[in-house]
Amino acid sequence: MGGLERASGDQDAVRARAHARRRLLVFALRIGLGVFILASWEALTSLRCEGKDTATCVIDPFFFGKPSGIWAQLVTWARNGTAQGPLWEQIVVTLEETVLGFLIGVALGIVFGVVLGRSRMLSDVLGPYIKALNAMPRVVLGSIFTIALGLEMPSKVALAVVLVFFVVFFNAFQGVREVDRDLVANARILGADERRLFTDVVLPSALSWIIASLHTSLGFALVGAIVGEYLGARQGIGLMIATAQGSFNSNGVYAAMLILAVIAILAEALVTRLESVLIRWRPNAITDVTI
Amino acid sequence: MRAGDGTGSVAAIELRGVTKRFVNPAGHAFTALRDLDLTVAPGEFCAIVGPTGCGKSTTLALISGLEPPSRGEVRVLGHPVHGVERSAGYMFQRDAIFPWKNVLDNVAVGPRFRGVGRSDAESRAREWVVRVGLAGFERYYPHQLSGGMRKRVALAQTLINGPRVLLMDEPFSALDVQTRLLMENELLDLWSTTGASVAFVTHDLEEAIALSDRVVVITAGPGTVKGEYRVDIPRPRSIAEVRFEPRFVELYEEIWKDLRDEVLVSYERTKHSVAS
Ligand SMILES: Nc1ncnc2c1ncn2[C@@H]1O[C@H](COP(=O)(O)OP(=O)(O)OP(=O)(O)O)[C@@H](O)[C@H]1O
Ligand SMILES: [Mg+2]
Repeated sequence: MGGLERASGDQDAVRARAHARRRLLVFALRIGLGVFILASWEALTSLRCEGKDTATCVIDPFFFGKPSGIWAQLVTWARNGTAQGPLWEQIVVTLEETVLGFLIGVALGIVFGVVLGRSRMLSDVLGPYIKALNAMPRVVLGSIFTIALGLEMPSKVALAVVLVFFVVFFNAFQGVREVDRDLVANARILGADERRLFTDVVLPSALSWIIASLHTSLGFALVGAIVGEYLGARQGIGLMIATAQGSFNSNGVYAAMLILAVIAILAEALVTRLESVLIRWRPNAITDVTI
Repeated sequence: MRAGDGTGSVAAIELRGVTKRFVNPAGHAFTALRDLDLTVAPGEFCAIVGPTGCGKSTTLALISGLEPPSRGEVRVLGHPVHGVERSAGYMFQRDAIFPWKNVLDNVAVGPRFRGVGRSDAESRAREWVVRVGLAGFERYYPHQLSGGMRKRVALAQTLINGPRVLLMDEPFSALDVQTRLLMENELLDLWSTTGASVAFVTHDLEEAIALSDRVVVITAGPGTVKGEYRVDIPRPRSIAEVRFEPRFVELYEEIWKDLRDEVLVSYERTKHSVAS
């Protein structure tokens, strides 16, 4: 008995060690791949350059940027600020637009999704319109919002709201519709009235669908804010990209992209945390509804 | 004593000339039950057996008030059923406990729905959790429990409301044999303290005889009563041993003759509809 246990314990230890080794290997390969890409990028954009004429390099850094240049650009922005003010201010502005657009869009999406999901009549009447709106490439609304709401924050928030709304709306709608009929029947038998049925069965069951949509919608909120800024703004990362583009500063565009990537990763981590707090009861996640 | 011998008292469950039609996906009317008469006396444990698709679940849905009959009358404890029947408890064929509530909250949900305060409901739920043998699992979520444990949760969830009429739809059919024996014994213990009337659907004839006072055989769909058999084996019974009693074997053979014909009819039909 003891021997058996020891043997299986040894096996566990062996397995754990193999697992740790594998993780280390993956990590090392990841870093290695990143370094390799950056190094080749740097090398190819520096090799065989004759004097100041960048077109002679193996890859022209004028179009494709250069890791060292991107880094230098980031340092400059951090030290001396950007053309439209300090770097952190740009980041804060974009974040503010993203978060506001996200929150408003999510709230509206949930309300409309739940209401339409509960009412056959409303969803039958409004359905075609919503589908039509959804089929439209909504980014073009950004131009309308810039004209109507000006260069300040509201036009960006509005675009983010529109992008977020539809994702959340469809998930909330589907979530309310997909409530397990047996669960509803069981709740009725156990004594639930319409209100308790809604708060204790329909909403929790729709919640997992809604939360599944939050990952995508946060990304869309960021897209809305950036595109809005790009189309016309006084501040923000989107404007930084537009400015860099205007002065043929490809390093600037890449540097701004890098900042966005970091923001997106942090936001994603936040949503994942939120998800695990809100739906502890679920073994694994429902995949997002694609639209 | 217990089995419905009080002829003067009102039946716990009474279906009279009940017909139930559904509109199937193709848009045709489909008769699931036809002229079904069924009576369960107060305190009686009545098992309902029949081939698959004969309308057993439908019968329970009618008694519970979740579905209205197309024709005929359904009465529970003397009053006609309109809307969901409050004196009924219903264990569904499929798992129907709430995945987002832990064991304790799942059990407490009935009293909560019926207006009992949170702390009251929770202390009652705690007792029931212990009674069905889940002490220590109060904070577990359904996905962290085994199938048998989930059935226990469902049982506690149903019984905590103190139903006078208990409807059970193949509650143990998904369990392994040992767990099933345990659960059946526990059910009989719990039931004997409540005095509820039970309509217990199963496709397992052994289970039906072992548990019940009476076995009702339903015909292949559209369902109607084919035969009724009184199970005159004294209680308390041990589910594991009752199967070896001569009377049990006799009853089994007798009822099986009835049931087998219906199962064959139903089977032939499925084969046909698959072939065509
Ligand atoms: N909501 C519904 N709509 C249409 N048809 C239904 C509905 N519910 C049940 N039926 C049909 O009624 C018949 C009886 O169904 P029921 O679920 O009562 O059978 P059952 O005897 O419980 O079968 P099983 O032993 O397989 O559980 C089936 O043919 C089924 O297709
Ligand atoms: Mg059934």
